[in-house]
Amino acid sequence: MTVPLAPAIELIAIDKSFGPVHANNNVNLVVERGVIHGIVGENGAGKSTLMSILYGFYEADRGEIRVNGEPVRIRSSREAISHGIGMVHQHFMLVPPLSVLENVMLGAEGGALLSEGAGAIRKRLGELGREYGLVVNPDATVGELSVGLQQRVEILKALVRGAEILVLDEPTAVLTPAEADQLFEMLRVLKGENKTIIFITHKLREIMNLTDRVSVMRRGEMVATFDTAKTSPPELADAMVGRKVILKIDKGPAHPGPVSLEAHDIVVRDDRGVVRVDGVSFVLREGEILGVAGVAGNGQSELLEALAGIRSLSGGNIVFYGDPLPPAERNPRAERLLGIGHVPEDRHRVGLVMPFEACESAMLGFHREPVYGKGVFYSRGAIVSDAEKKMDAFDVRPRAPLLKTANFSGGNQQKLVLAREIERNPKILLVGQPTRGVDIGAIEFIHRRIVAQRDAGKAVLLVSVELDEIFALSDRIIVLCGGRITGERRPEETNPQDLGLLMAGVSERAA
Amino acid sequence: MSAPLKPLPAWADVALIPLVNVAAAFVISGFVVLAIGENPLEAVQSLILGALGDLEGIGYTLFYATSFIFTGLSVAVCFHAGLFNIGTEGQAYIAGLGAALVALHFGFLPGYTLAIAAIIGAALFGAAFAAIPGYLQAYRDSHIVITTIMFNYIASAIMGYLLVNVLRKPGQMNAETTPFRDTALVPQFHEVLAHFGIIWPVTPFNLSFLLALICCLAVWLLIWRTRLGYEIRTVGANPTAAIYGGISPARVTVITTLLSGALAGGVAANIILGDQHRLILEFVGGFGFVGIAVALMGRAHPVGIILAAILFGVLYQGGQALSIDMPKISRDMIVVIQGLVVLFAGALEHMFRRPVATLLARRTTQPPI
Repeated sequence: MTVPLAPAIELIAIDKSFGPVHANNNVNLVVERGVIHGIVGENGAGKSTLMSILYGFYEADRGEIRVNGEPVRIRSSREAISHGIGMVHQHFMLVPPLSVLENVMLGAEGGALLSEGAGAIRKRLGELGREYGLVVNPDATVGELSVGLQQRVEILKALVRGAEILVLDEPTAVLTPAEADQLFEMLRVLKGENKTIIFITHKLREIMNLTDRVSVMRRGEMVATFDTAKTSPPELADAMVGRKVILKIDKGPAHPGPVSLEAHDIVVRDDRGVVRVDGVSFVLREGEILGVAGVAGNGQSELLEALAGIRSLSGGNIVFYGDPLPPAERNPRAERLLGIGHVPEDRHRVGLVMPFEACESAMLGFHREPVYGKGVFYSRGAIVSDAEKKMDAFDVRPRAPLLKTANFSGGNQQKLVLAREIERNPKILLVGQPTRGVDIGAIEFIHRRIVAQRDAGKAVLLVSVELDEIFALSDRIIVLCGGRITGERRPEETNPQDLGLLMAGVSERAA
Repeated sequence: MSAPLKPLPAWADVALIPLVNVAAAFVISGFVVLAIGENPLEAVQSLILGALGDLEGIGYTLFYATSFIFTGLSVAVCFHAGLFNIGTEGQAYIAGLGAALVALHFGFLPGYTLAIAAIIGAALFGAAFAAIPGYLQAYRDSHIVITTIMFNYIASAIMGYLLVNVLRKPGQMNAETTPFRDTALVPQFHEVLAHFGIIWPVTPFNLSFLLALICCLAVWLLIWRTRLGYEIRTVGANPTAAIYGGISPARVTVITTLLSGALAGGVAANIILGDQHRLILEFVGGFGFVGIAVALMGRAHPVGIILAAILFGVLYQGGQALSIDMPKISRDMIVVIQGLVVLFAGALEHMFRRPVATLLARRTTQPPI
């Protein structure tokens, strides 16, 4: 590594408060030039706020930013770009119907007529392709590219604008393992060209795999910075939560009972009529957790929605304790009455109503039950006390049934959903992405409660794109790829590489 | 790109923002008055005295406010389900037909049950007319904004045809029905108060006002205290979550538009049964459209709607007084002021939100997630 004159980025004593919340408290960060610098921390630790300050979305209350040793003020993303800072957002800022070239030009059109700027940028894209191996067809429509290629377009956008420092916010959240590997390769090439990369993630494996240095944030403070080579995932995890965390939860052997739910050759289409689940069959027994693994977008979501009655079947059948569910019973209300609980994958869009008071979100789906008041009218008291009971049982903080749902943190929102579905004592629990966007402390809690359901003799179906989670919880694992089951494994008989192959569609028959 | 809008504290959202919006509308109206060459302060004085200066003014103000409460509630109920009902105007018009048919043909009903039946007739006709766009929205994906706008024209055409060709009182040229019998009428306040020996000037202000207040309470209970209201709000706030929760957005859409149309029928009770005592052409006269502004200003909450309806009642009544006091200012000036209130309270609702939010930022804000 070359020894630079000044670090690429210095953040000195950055302070930022939002009302009573101290999002960044006296944060110091030094990022040397030409390195990949990881930033890890739980949700709400202040990583995104810090990067938003660096990229000009917010201005810090106090503190100084230095780029290449020069103190600068960054008040907008335009100013950040002019200092050579580029950002790749977790949710891409791309216009899907436009071409790659048009997307890259956006905001840098270079005059009233497009042709001149377009020519220059086309040339630059070609150069970047040769220099860094970042090859994309400039005339392809962005909406038709894979997620990995779209991310590449985002990176190219930053590079075309002259970025020397790239900030990537949770870049692998949307990628397949193979795409993530390609991304890492790309980032290493960029590093080789003396670009500086700030890599935000909560996946410790990626930190260990990719970064040179890593900084840990906790509750708005920068608590530690390590040379990656001299640290370990347990040490990082401890620094993140400030206490010892058991990443692997203790769970005894499963005692599977009778079959509670069967899927027979089910076929499910998405809203556009595309077949997403293509002849899937499995059995789910009482007292076991069946994990459904797969890269996001391979039919798991549609499978879960079909089982929960939200999406209709285009073929096949669902059997509940030996009786096929007639179509009239395949709706969320009827299935809830049968005792099928459903924790949806997306708590924001599906599981909760964000503008509602927490107690109102805590009765969604059960709102017609007599516990909330007899006859036409609700009893507010009953609604609030029911929510308090659920919040106590699942340690939802703050314990404030009248607070707006949106004002809870992700982990506490998720606990609220789990509380609602589990406290009704369902026979079968369908769980999708139970810990997506949830901090480590809450992950542990949620995992324990899911295992507790199993130990109480319930059947649990777990859909997750996090392999760690699948391994930590499942008693049996089925892998979906392209809407078909490509394999079934017991966790003790398999490993991430094996599952990765199945997830990539290398099925047992083909292998 | 800029920082996301910070949420406002409840009191600012409910009270401060509407007040700022109305104030802005009045300031700009003041400039218009100034441009015409009149003194804006005198104009305001004349307007307020005309609307609230004596019992007669107050009677007219509340008579207009009654119609605005009904149309405001009608629009607001749909807001809660995420539906923008532009058709309150036409629904109220068709409701007039329901009221008239009952009043003219159910004369055998004893005493004031005829008036009650006529009100129910108005509600049913309004509901039925609203349910068609509701059904089309729920099951045929026809956008309710488009269909309700078109249905206003249909209502106008139907009523014009019926009043000219079918319902017109024989032997005269006016497109209006025979006057209703007394038992079909909603009593006016000066009559009611006369029973108790209280003298109130003769105004069209009638008992429909009490019905409007009862409807406000009923809507509040419905929206915030019943299962149906919970389902309506869930569909409005997050239809995906509603489906997940076993709620049918289509069913809720139809029920909500039925309720909305029935509330629009209150206008017919107020104007047809309470004042005109016969069915006339175009009696709704734009009150349905003003209902949109009332609902927006009132934040779709019954208390807010009462306040906004009274404000518009003041504008309506005061505007008439103003046009008499200051001949240079025509009735159109009131349309201008109303337009500005709609502009600021509706279309530019968010204009003052950011400055107010920034102003309050140091006191109450949320961290970004």
